This record gives sequence, C-alpha cells and structure tokens, in this order.
Amino acid sequence: MADKIARENRLFHWVDERLHIQTLVDYMSHKVVPQHSHSFWYYFGGISLFFFVVQVVTGILLLLYYRPGADSAYESVKFIISEVSFGWLIRSIHSWSANLMILAAFIHMFSVFFTHAYRKPREMTWVTGIFLLALALAFGFSGYLLPWNELSFFATRVGTGMAGAIPGVGDFLMKLMRGGEDVTGATIGRFFGLHVAVLPGVFAVLLSLHLFFIQRQGMSEPLEWAANPQFKKYRPFFPNFIMRELLVWLIMLNLLAVLAVFFPDGIGVVHWPLGQKADPFAPPPPVIRPEWYFMFAFQALKVLPAHLLFIEGELAGIIILTAGGIVWTLIPFLAGKFSSGKKPTLIIAFGWAVLAFIAVLTILGYILE
Amino acid sequence: MDEIRDDRRNFLNWLIGGGLVAFLGSVFYPVYRYVIPPPSGEANVSQVKLPFKLKELQEDEKKSRIFKFGRNVGIILITPENELKAFNAVCTHLDCTVQYRKDLSIIWCACHNGRYDLEGRNISGPPPRPLTAYTVHLDNATGDIFVAEAKG
Amino acid sequence: MKTNSGLRNVLILLPLWLGVLTVAALAADQCLECHSSWEEGLDAPSVQFQQDIHSKAGLSCASCHGGDPTLDDMDAVRKSKGYKGVPGAKEVNQFCASCHSNPAYMVKFNPSLPTDQLDKYKTSVHGKRLFEQGDTKVATCISCHTAHSIQPAAEPTSAVYPINIPKTCANCHADADYMSGYGITTDQHEKYIRSVHGRALLDKKDISAPACNDCHGNHGATPPGVTSLSAVCGLCHTLIADNFAKSPHKEAFDAMGYPECETCHSNHLIEKPKMHWVGVSDSSLCVQCHAPDDGTGGYVAAARIYETLVNINSIYNAALARIDTADMKGMLVTDERFALNEVKQAIIQTGTAVHTFDPEAVSKVAEPGITSAQNIAIQGEKKIEEYYFRRKGLGIATLLITILVIAIYLRIKSIEK
Repeated sequence: MADKIARENRLFHWVDERLHIQTLVDYMSHKVVPQHSHSFWYYFGGISLFFFVVQVVTGILLLLYYRPGADSAYESVKFIISEVSFGWLIRSIHSWSANLMILAAFIHMFSVFFTHAYRKPREMTWVTGIFLLALALAFGFSGYLLPWNELSFFATRVGTGMAGAIPGVGDFLMKLMRGGEDVTGATIGRFFGLHVAVLPGVFAVLLSLHLFFIQRQGMSEPLEWAANPQFKKYRPFFPNFIMRELLVWLIMLNLLAVLAVFFPDGIGVVHWPLGQKADPFAPPPPVIRPEWYFMFAFQALKVLPAHLLFIEGELAGIIILTAGGIVWTLIPFLAGKFSSGKKPTLIIAFGWAVLAFIAVLTILGYILE
Repeated sequence: MDEIRDDRRNFLNWLIGGGLVAFLGSVFYPVYRYVIPPPSGEANVSQVKLPFKLKELQEDEKKSRIFKFGRNVGIILITPENELKAFNAVCTHLDCTVQYRKDLSIIWCACHNGRYDLEGRNISGPPPRPLTAYTVHLDNATGDIFVAEAKG
Repeated sequence: MKTNSGLRNVLILLPLWLGVLTVAALAADQCLECHSSWEEGLDAPSVQFQQDIHSKAGLSCASCHGGDPTLDDMDAVRKSKGYKGVPGAKEVNQFCASCHSNPAYMVKFNPSLPTDQLDKYKTSVHGKRLFEQGDTKVATCISCHTAHSIQPAAEPTSAVYPINIPKTCANCHADADYMSGYGITTDQHEKYIRSVHGRALLDKKDISAPACNDCHGNHGATPPGVTSLSAVCGLCHTLIADNFAKSPHKEAFDAMGYPECETCHSNHLIEKPKMHWVGVSDSSLCVQCHAPDDGTGGYVAAARIYETLVNINSIYNAALARIDTADMKGMLVTDERFALNEVKQAIIQTGTAVHTFDPEAVSKVAEPGITSAQNIAIQGEKKIEEYYFRRKGLGIATLLITILVIAIYLRIKSIEK
C-alpha cells in the first residue's frame, strides 16, 4: 500500500517538476459548485459537452469509410451501415448524439437564461455559448446532406434556397453554399469540408474559451443568494461534482446505445433512414421538412403572408429572426443591472415568450404539414 | 468499524475499477470491430470491377455474363467483332433479364421475344426503349474488366 | 440597295401570297362551301374531313366522290362527269381500292404503305361474306377506318391505333342483336378486357400487348386455326412455343384436333397462369385428359412438375418472409431483396419450361432458383440473428454500465457522508 502511494507520488513529482501542476490541483481542489434546488440544471452543459465528444469520436470513425462526392457518398454510407461491422451502430449513435447534443444545448441555454447566469461577469460565456449553438446548428445542417439520399437532398435544396431570399447577397450566398446553381456533388464537397474541418476548428476554439471562462469564474450562484447569504451551500467540484457528471454521462451513453439499437434510423420526426440515393430529377418526396431544430424558423417563414407592409414576407421573416437572434445574443448587455433580491420580471417574460414562440411554431410546423 | 468501512471502500474501488475496465471493453469492442476493414474493402461506386476476368468471358460458351451493377443487373458480351459491350440487362418491356444470342447477333429477351441490336437499340418485339449502355474498361495486363455508368 | 429591299419585300410577301392562293383554292371547292353550311350534324363529313389524312395529303371530296367541285349547283354536280355519290357497302371497298390498290399512284403519297389490302380483305371472313354471299352487314374499310376522319394507325386518335382497336372491333362484335344469325359469341371484348393482354394494353397502355388484330390479322381477318395457334402466340412467347413444339403434346393435340395454347389458356380471356392448373388435383387441367393408367406417363409427369412449381414458389415465399421479418425489425435487406429478383426470373423460366411437359427439364430450370432462394433465406435468417445479437450486446453493455453507475453512486454517497 505504501509502495503504491510512493509510486504515485513519484509520477506526480515527475510531472509536477516539469509542468507545475500542483497549482492546478490546488485550484481544482478548492473549486466548488453551488448546491440548491436548481443545481440540477448545471448538468446540461456537461451533457452537451459529452455528446460533442461522442460526435468527435464517432465522426472520426465514420471518416474511415465515408467518401464525399455525388458518386460515392450514398454508396459509402450504405457500405458503412450494411458491410462494416458495427457501422450501423456508429452512424446511428452519430445521428442520435447530434440530435441530443442540440437538445441538451437548448436546455442548457434556457436554464442559463432563466437563472440569469449570463449576468455580469459572465457575458462572454453567454455569447460564446450562443455562437457554439449556432455552430452546432451549422454542424447539423451540413451533416444532414452528407449521406446524399433523397431526404437530405431535397431538404438541403429547400434550406439553401431560403438563403436565396435575402436581398442583394441572397443569390450570392446561395451559390456559395451550393457551389453552383443547384445542390450537386459540388455541394457535398463544400458541406463536407465545413462539417469535418472548418466547423470543428472554430468550434474547438470557442469551446475552449467557453470552458476556460467557466473554470475561471466558477458556477453562477442563484440571484437570491446575494440577499440571503444564509442559504449558501456548496459541493466540492472534485471529486463530488465530477463523479456526478460521470454518472450522468454514463447514463447518457447508455441512452445512446439503447436508442441506436432500438431505433437505428431514428423515430418519429427525428428520422434518418438511408432510403434511395438522391436523384435531382426525381419528384420530391411529399413532405420535405427540415430537422426539428430548424422547424420553428422554417415554419415562421412559411406562415408569414406574401407581403408584410412593403417587403416580401420571407425576407421580413429572415430579418425578424436575425434581429431576434441578435437581441438574444446581446441579452447580458440589454438586461441592465440586477439588483439583489428583485426578480427581473421583464426578462423572464421575454424568455417565456421566446420559448413559447419556438414551441408553438415547431408544433404548428408538424401539425400543418 | 473503520475496518468495515475500509473493506467497503476497497470493494467499491474494486467494483469501480472492474466496472470501468468492462465498460471500456464494451465500448472498444464495437470500435475495434468497426476499424477492421470488411472483406469487400471499399464501397462500390458507379464503377464496378467484374467478379470474373476477360479470359473467363472469352471461354464462356455464351460469350456473355450477367453481373450485378449497383441496384441493377448488367450484361456483358463479346461481339463478333471482338468488342466488349455492357448494358443494363433489364428488358425495357416488363423487366425480364435479357440474354446475348450469339447465333443471331442480338440481345434477346425470352419473355416476349424482344430484340435489341448489339448497340442496345430495340429492333423488334415489345421493348419500347433501348437498353442503357455502360462503359467498359479493360485492364490488359490483368484481364480485369471494369464497368461504369456511361457519362452524359 | 433599293433593289435589295424590293426583293426582300417580295420574299416577305411570298408566304402571304401562298396563303391567299390556298384560301382561294379552298374557296373554290364548292362541295365544302355548301356542305359546311348545313345544319349541325349534317355538316359532319365536311368538318371531319379537315382532320382526315386524305385532306392533309391534298385530296378533296371530289377525289373520291367524283363530280366537279367548281360547280355551286347540286344538280349540276350530280349531272357532271364522274360523280359517284355515296357508295354502298358493296362499292365502298372498290371505292378505296381504286387508289389504295394502285402502287403507281400510292407511291406519290406513302411509298412504304402496302397496296394489297383489298386482296387480303377478299380472303377474310368479312370479305368472303360480302363478295361471295352478298352480306352487306360485314365490316368494310370504313367500318374500322371511319369514312371521313381517317387517321394513320400510328396516330393515337386513330380508330385503328392499338389501344382503340378492341373498341373498334367491339362496335359490331359485342352487339348481340347485330351479330345474331352468325352463330358466334359476342363476349370476346368483355373477356379480352379482363385478360392479361387486355389489361396490359388498355390499363397499362402497353401498345406492344396484342389487340384483336395481332392474332386475327388486319385486312385478312381470319380466326387462327387449330394448328397455327402456337405460331400466333409464339410471335411473342417464343420459348414457350418452342418448348411446346418439341413436346409430346404437339403431336397429340394435332391428332385430336385440340387447339394448342387455347386448350389450357383459353382464347380471349387469357389469365395469369395458376400453379394448380398443373398437377393431379381436381382443379388441375392435366387430369382432364390424363389418368394414372393411360399409358402416357402424363399423370406422373404432371404430379412431378407440380411438385417442382410448388417447391420453388414456396421456397421463394419463405425467403421473402424471412427478409420481410428482418426488414420489419429494422435490418437493412436491400441486397437480399435485390437477389430475390433472380429467383423471380427463375420462377418465370420454370413456368416457361413447364411447356416441355418434361419433369426433368422443369426441375433443371428451377434448380438454380431454388438454390439461390435458399441462400437468400439463410441470409435473411442471419439478419434476424444479427438483430437479436444487437439486443444481447446492448443488454450486456447496459448491465456493465448499470453496475458502474451503481458503484459510482455508492462511492459518491460514501464521499459525501
């Protein structure tokens, strides 16, 4: 026993001599996580992170066999799920994890919003988080096309077509995304590059910043604590909180495995059967719908009248959604000062309105199709 | 009392360690199996290497063979002029598989006596359309035959 | 420059002039002038004729009916030279043949059009009755081709376009009153439209499927005779006809005066063949002639062929069921489904081989199909096993994760105590 400890110490010293990790260990051992009735929400950031790691690992594995290009993309995905051992599992986990990551990120975002964790000094954490979510959506959009099947082809054609409605730059933007007039093999090349090189690079930088901010500033404490210090209660980050996170991650991994085995092609509106290879000349399937996390935006553009005041409805929709996104990103700066003990009712109302907007339009989108 | 707690702790540590190893095994087993390349090597795309060589085709009594081409059935044949030709072998009439009739120098569908010339054009009988032609590439050194979708 | 523009003006005006001339020429046809001004219904010939191929070829009323089209007085037309009036049933064939049987004349319009229609017609049942017995109820040229809206057979609007032919023939042949006294049934059309051929032609618009004329002939309309039947069917069903011709049935049927294909498949109502037609059950067609002790061996052969048919079909169905099950369980079976097409082909070929009436030949054809169906069934089974393997694997992984989760949970509890 003593030998073992001595050995562990020697290794520690060896590393410490070179990298001075003792300070890091000290820092970590003093780190605490606030403990209260809403501590539960702290896990969703970690869950999103976990799903991201799963995405990286399964994504790299898929890269072993995936071959971009109009002649090979569909064939290689079919090859992965039919010929490669456990290929079906890797693809299915990649797809499930993608959806769950975005879901977890949404929950994380709203929990941060409603607990006002974005307030000073955490403005930059909020902003990087929003950018991370935007990147995650871009990941979803670009990855959806890669199997080059009927479903993905027509959804991407509609999706990129919407960008064409932006005045002035719309046409340019659409061509830039499609790599030509229409969605073709050239589009796969672009989306593939975006999905496996550009987005991961940018994402890694932003994620590092986001995590650095969190480690530096610690977890945000509830608003009420400022006025009532007697309620303050903490839990050590290491090992208590990290063990709990580990627990949650294991459960999430198990959830992924269960979903992948029972619903390898997804279920309900979260569905990614390989189906037929994309054929630009085939009639589009009766229902072309975006992935669920784009549904509210898609539906918002659809329900708007052809003309709103003096501008085109679709353009108006894009302007409103973009403006909404900017306001949402700048919330920490627009929310004003938080006086202790007073609930910022206006902000909370705004949050509920946004949540209701997204929920109602998403549900409408599925009902009205 | 302390000893009991210690025992329990040791057991827990052992359980966590063992569980972790087993768990990692159950994660890495599929990954390990996944990275081993499957026998067919790579995904077939719009060009396929035929599972037989030129010599076998030449020695074939019918001077033709049926092969699988993606979702389709293909037919490859050696014309009297010693050319290699390949087509989609699905008759354009009612989806029967066509065959090469060396004696008549035609491609023939037995189901309803549909006939195509050696360019795949429908020349008599029910077929409403010509057969889709494929491009044939021959590796002279190895005798491997490659069939690809005709461009354009 | 000036001359040039003058020339251009002339060139531009040329088409216009031609148009004016054409109108003048048409206006000069006094037949149309009068007939088109008649009340609705009576003006039909003049209206229909404008779409007629003869009108498009530049012929006028007078080209067939004679008379002088420049005269605007009916009485004068009647008295004019060469006026033939309206031909009766007996004259109408001669009427058309005056041009259509004249190769030297027809070559000016359509060199590839045959000129032997009247000769053939005279050999047909219709022609014989008309010319030999003076029966004017029979079909003449205009019965099928119409009188004034004649279209080439390749035009979809033509009465003799393949898809329209069954109806054209049925105009008379399905009319029980009209056909009374001829001693033939009038249910051919009604049967034909329910047959495989009728459904292919009329429902699927497959114009390569046989209409009435493909078996009975066009101008030389004759019912195929007992021995020529396999020649008619064999036009498309070549292999089957070959097999039949080499089979013992050929001689036997000829000797007994049985029509070849029709004996089993009937004539107008040709159905998709059923398996139970073969064999020795009560519903089998074989036992209508063959008995166990008839000395031909046909009874035993029928039983064995039936066995092969049942075998390949049941193995096909079993393979399909395996694959469907695997598919329902969410496994990818597109390749297996694809391979099943091959078995389908083998089943078709087995059906063809049945017409050799040789059990050995039939099972030789069926064999590869049976083998590949068995392989597919095994593949399907493997997919189903794979499905359960996945669940088992998941079960093990879940168990391991659960143990780990519990252990970590206990550890947390012990730390926090």
